[in-house]
Amino acid sequence: MGLTVTRSARLFSADEPLALTSGRTLGPIDVAYETYGTLDEDGGNAVVICHALTGDAHAAGYHGDETRPGWWDTLVGPGKPVDTDRFFVICANLLGGCQGTTGPSSTMPGTDHAYGLDFPLLAMGDFVEVHRALARHLGVTRLLAVIGGSLGGMQVLDWSLRYPDEVANAIVIAASSRLTAQNIAFSAVARRAITSDPAFHDGQYAARGVNPDVGLAIARMMAHITYMSEDALDEKFGRMPQGDVRAPGFGIDFAVESYLDHQGQVFLQRFDALSYLYLTRAMDYFDPFATLEPVPRERPVRYLVLSFDSDWRFSTAHSRRIVRHLEGARCPVTFREIEAPWGHDSFLLTVPDYHDTVRAYLDRALEVGL
Amino acid sequence: MSGATEALRPDLALVASEIPARARVLDIGCGSGTLLAHLMAEQHCTGTGIEIDHEKVVRAIRRGVPVIELDLDEQLTDFGDGSYDVCVLSRTIQTIQRPAHVLEQMGRIAGHLIVSVPNFGWWGHRLRLLAGSMPKSRELPFEWYDTPNIRHTTLRDLETLFDRLNFRIERRYTYTASGRRLRQLGRGANLLAGAAIYVLRPTSGTPTPG
Repeated sequence: MGLTVTRSARLFSADEPLALTSGRTLGPIDVAYETYGTLDEDGGNAVVICHALTGDAHAAGYHGDETRPGWWDTLVGPGKPVDTDRFFVICANLLGGCQGTTGPSSTMPGTDHAYGLDFPLLAMGDFVEVHRALARHLGVTRLLAVIGGSLGGMQVLDWSLRYPDEVANAIVIAASSRLTAQNIAFSAVARRAITSDPAFHDGQYAARGVNPDVGLAIARMMAHITYMSEDALDEKFGRMPQGDVRAPGFGIDFAVESYLDHQGQVFLQRFDALSYLYLTRAMDYFDPFATLEPVPRERPVRYLVLSFDSDWRFSTAHSRRIVRHLEGARCPVTFREIEAPWGHDSFLLTVPDYHDTVRAYLDRALEVGL
Repeated sequence: MSGATEALRPDLALVASEIPARARVLDIGCGSGTLLAHLMAEQHCTGTGIEIDHEKVVRAIRRGVPVIELDLDEQLTDFGDGSYDVCVLSRTIQTIQRPAHVLEQMGRIAGHLIVSVPNFGWWGHRLRLLAGSMPKSRELPFEWYDTPNIRHTTLRDLETLFDRLNFRIERRYTYTASGRRLRQLGRGANLLAGAAIYVLRPTSGTPTPG
């Protein structure tokens, strides 16, 4: 793929704000996005990628001299399943995020400080409205496919249910249509770690020149455990010691502890505590089939739903629930449970059977067209 | 729908001829989706396939056939009552742990069933058993210790089960062991047929478990 660049677009303004699901309005809204490939004359090859909780617009390729490519470079690029030689690919940082798109740590209009907790609560539909606005901004009105994993898959599902005329194919990977108590519980602990950090200051930490590093790192450490399978952690670390273990104590004695610590610290450099609160909350409340039950249509959205057998954060039961609702509404739906040992994170990794499936599906989608 | 369909295997062509245009079809054991792709392209049908073989599933996806991986013995309950017009079970019944349950579910899901089966009662199998060996044939080519086929039935025993499930046999097509049409009616088929295709209609007495 080579070098890619993140751009920015102002899609809503103070005068023409976005009407949120909650009834409040929000503007201005700037959106960070990347595109790869070229839009066909007839606009028939546009694919939107929706990122997960802590992702960003940089899905593929490299920025400058960075050592790691974009977060979904395994799947997206020339000759890859989401083939940028054939598809026009759009990926945006989602609303409420912290990687270039307006979020709770953006400056509140008319003030010199961040929104903080004055930022309105967001719903999945709000993420979708901003993505749609970006697609229109880029000259696309109907999408060949919308693809996402985890929270990204939830956006895809919401989008396809809300605007079935605008989406030809929806690829929903390792996602959920309704979080379980356990899912919410994990997010509750993460949020509590953040809000209990003395540096949180009711969300106005930036104004005081501090950051709830401890809480945010703990949130990430815990979440990271849930993204991996027990086998994956075991294979990677087992009970390997970290450094000198002749003097055991309460520091970092095991390699897995060092790994988690590192994950937490790295996370601080790229993620914002307020975004963590807002985005996880939107996931908690997501329950699209309660209000958006699909109905049989002349030209239904076609679905590919995938889960991974070792994923215990959003287990296969979550995907099967989605399939039951879609199939019940006579949507053409393909479902596979992919064998992969890596847990929830499998959707980001190179799993041949998974990639073959996405490739076969998208090859067919391009053949059929809009 | 683009994508010309290749020539169907003769037994699938016969199944296709039993399916009305624009029907909604659930194809259990759909393989790589040849039947559904044909029905979608040529007969304006819609539907879903069920398959567990990974490579076949990917081929079905490439053909544009919606296909769902699931456990037949446990998960057919996901499909709504009467949600399909036709339910096809192609050469799969012998691999199912709970065939009676699966047939019952099929009768709940669709008003019209097409079931194709290899016949364990074919005379060649009987001869092998008489000679002291487990049957093997073109339809059942596996060693007993390495076979996906765990539920062997003769046509007669299968028809007894259909009867118990209140499935009316509307038509039965029989084949020789080499796959040619065998125009054999009545009881002789249980001896002469290597395989059969049944067209069934669940009648009012069908058990309808929730």
